[in-house]
Amino acid sequence: MSRVLVPCHVKSTVALQVGDMRTSQGRPGVLVVDVTFPNVAPFELQEIMFKNYYTAFLSIRVRQQTPLHTPSKWVTCLRDYCLMPDPHSEEGAQEYVSLFKHQMLCDMTRVLELRLILRQPSPLWLSFTVEELQIYQQGPKSPSLTFPKWLSHPVSNEQPVPRLEGLPDPSRVSSEVQQMWALTEMIRASHSSTRIGRFDVDGCYDLNLLSYT
Amino acid sequence: MLQEESDLSLVIAQIVQKLKGSNLYAQLERQAWACLQRPEIRLESLKEDIKEFFKISGWEKKLQNAVYSELNVYPLPSHPSAPPEHLKEPLVYMRKAQGSWEKRILKSLNSMCTELSIPLARKRPVGEQKELLNKWNEMGTDEPDLSLFRPVYAPKDFLEVLINLRNPNYENGDSLSFRTHLGLIQVPLKVKDIPELKECFVELGLTTGQLGIDDSTQVPPELFENEHVRIGQKVLVQQDSAAAQQYIRQGSPTALRAELWALILNISSQPEDVKLTASNDDYYFVFEDYLYQVLLCFSRDTSVLGHFAYNSASPPKSYIRGKLGLEEYAVFYPPNGVIPFHGFSMYVAPLCFLYHEPYKLYQIFREMYVRFFFRLHSISSHPSGIVSLCLLFETLLQTYLPQLFYHLREIGAQPLRISFKWMVRAFSGYLATDQLLLLWDRILGYNSLEILAVLAAAVFAFRAVNLMEVTSLAAAEAVLADLSTLKVMPLLQIFLFATVT
Repeated sequence: MSRVLVPCHVKSTVALQVGDMRTSQGRPGVLVVDVTFPNVAPFELQEIMFKNYYTAFLSIRVRQQTPLHTPSKWVTCLRDYCLMPDPHSEEGAQEYVSLFKHQMLCDMTRVLELRLILRQPSPLWLSFTVEELQIYQQGPKSPSLTFPKWLSHPVSNEQPVPRLEGLPDPSRVSSEVQQMWALTEMIRASHSSTRIGRFDVDGCYDLNLLSYT
Repeated sequence: MLQEESDLSLVIAQIVQKLKGSNLYAQLERQAWACLQRPEIRLESLKEDIKEFFKISGWEKKLQNAVYSELNVYPLPSHPSAPPEHLKEPLVYMRKAQGSWEKRILKSLNSMCTELSIPLARKRPVGEQKELLNKWNEMGTDEPDLSLFRPVYAPKDFLEVLINLRNPNYENGDSLSFRTHLGLIQVPLKVKDIPELKECFVELGLTTGQLGIDDSTQVPPELFENEHVRIGQKVLVQQDSAAAQQYIRQGSPTALRAELWALILNISSQPEDVKLTASNDDYYFVFEDYLYQVLLCFSRDTSVLGHFAYNSASPPKSYIRGKLGLEEYAVFYPPNGVIPFHGFSMYVAPLCFLYHEPYKLYQIFREMYVRFFFRLHSISSHPSGIVSLCLLFETLLQTYLPQLFYHLREIGAQPLRISFKWMVRAFSGYLATDQLLLLWDRILGYNSLEILAVLAAAVFAFRAVNLMEVTSLAAAEAVLADLSTLKVMPLLQIFLFATVT
């Protein structure tokens, strides 16, 4: 399930507001962000990732390449996805979010353009948007990683464990875990090692002042 | 659904990874090797037989307890792209506020060192080391001269910082709106209201037996207390952390409390390699000594640094004399990264009633600190963080006791100015010890500090009649000065379940 970043161009946000924007009071509650993919052939979208900034609800429309000469239409692939359970409070306001193709209402093949419709009904926030937007398509199959053998090859003469309610199928979990393992290894590798965990250097711990940085 | 399953797989992978480095993993491996000698382990069904052995011998339970402990303490794995700061605290403005507060503390500490011309740390001369070892069990009686030292900070300094906390993206104007909050905290964190609290603390309801209410002398013990003690003993025999946590929501019998807390906090019974001499002098029992021993060791315990992964605070750094800026000479100071404040020892004192062996006392305190107490003096958006607790307290008062709230505000006695010190110390030093331990039972049972804010509001509700008559902050403080006669469980029960709203 590896993925490849698709270079995209995010246009500046357009606010949707009734009436004359200059004279009317109040802030817009709906913003539209268009995302185009210049110099990229129509692709199958795998994942959309971004950092939220006080957007409460997200809808996404997609324009796909249609066969022959039929004109392409805009189709809603995500409707009112909730990012903030309570639009008036901080919960979910600055979270990192990933949306996958299986969460979309239509298939995401041959994508030409995306349109993100951001909604924030609460008047309490001065601004809202989504940041660090990244679009991914399916990458080549991942090379096999070294992981413990018992994870992917359970002993065949084992009695099948009765499937407990609400838990995923164990054989499926073990195949998913190998990908998750790769993810966690990635996380560990990318973390800067801020943990020095020592209070002396070669037995010496003469300290004068604390550092501000 | 595919997404939930892969989320669960990620959680499983992370917990397995964490436990792999633990002592328990080594012990399980050793046990698995050792049990190969046993006659009931057959080669054809090796895996099943070992699993069965683990189940019977209680090792599976230990593993379950360790997994449960991980789930309770560590936050769920966040998005793979989230940087480590995001796990400590997701809101950028709160991270900045915590950073500025830390800088202030460091400046204060540095200027004190410079004024008094003392180094932050130096090796004890050999003579002093010998003296310390000899006096280890009597440290309380031989204090160094601390008269020139000021406390690094007091809770009221911290309160001022919280009062000035602002979200730059929030409408902070003076005009009244439907969300105007009349209290001191001005950040829009999500807090529970009474219906949500009732759902959350359902075991504190009127129809459920409680220790602290249903064990009073007028109530015959056959009605609740005897059965509750019997169940508690059963839970201890089973050694099940999750069951113990559920059980303790109704309070812990005094005789079982020490063991129950150790089970819930997943403290092993083997004494760790802590530099404490086990003092078995049961007859001479001076808490002062224990406090000194525990806090001295705590400040040097580098394993505490691990909790900074999910604490919004960061440990202060310093450089070995003269080598400023060179990373090879960087160290953490104090070694555990925690700078204590005035009253810090109050977190330890109540535990001295429960644990007589120093190493157990120390482990319990350390675990309580890295699970709960650190949230009371760092700036974060966590629901159990001190900012959320303050906002929860003020919101409960403003919503359910509006007349009282308005009156106190008018006379210049904002309620939070009085209740802040109670919450920051988790009520230690303000309640009678038996009442405090009943309260801390519920903190462990619900794995949350929100009960502190609810109790603070309940105390105001209880003394509302007197408070309505005061005309100054000093008078309000006087009404609420003495909490030592309060019974916490009836107060909580009435406030949550018996007040007409």
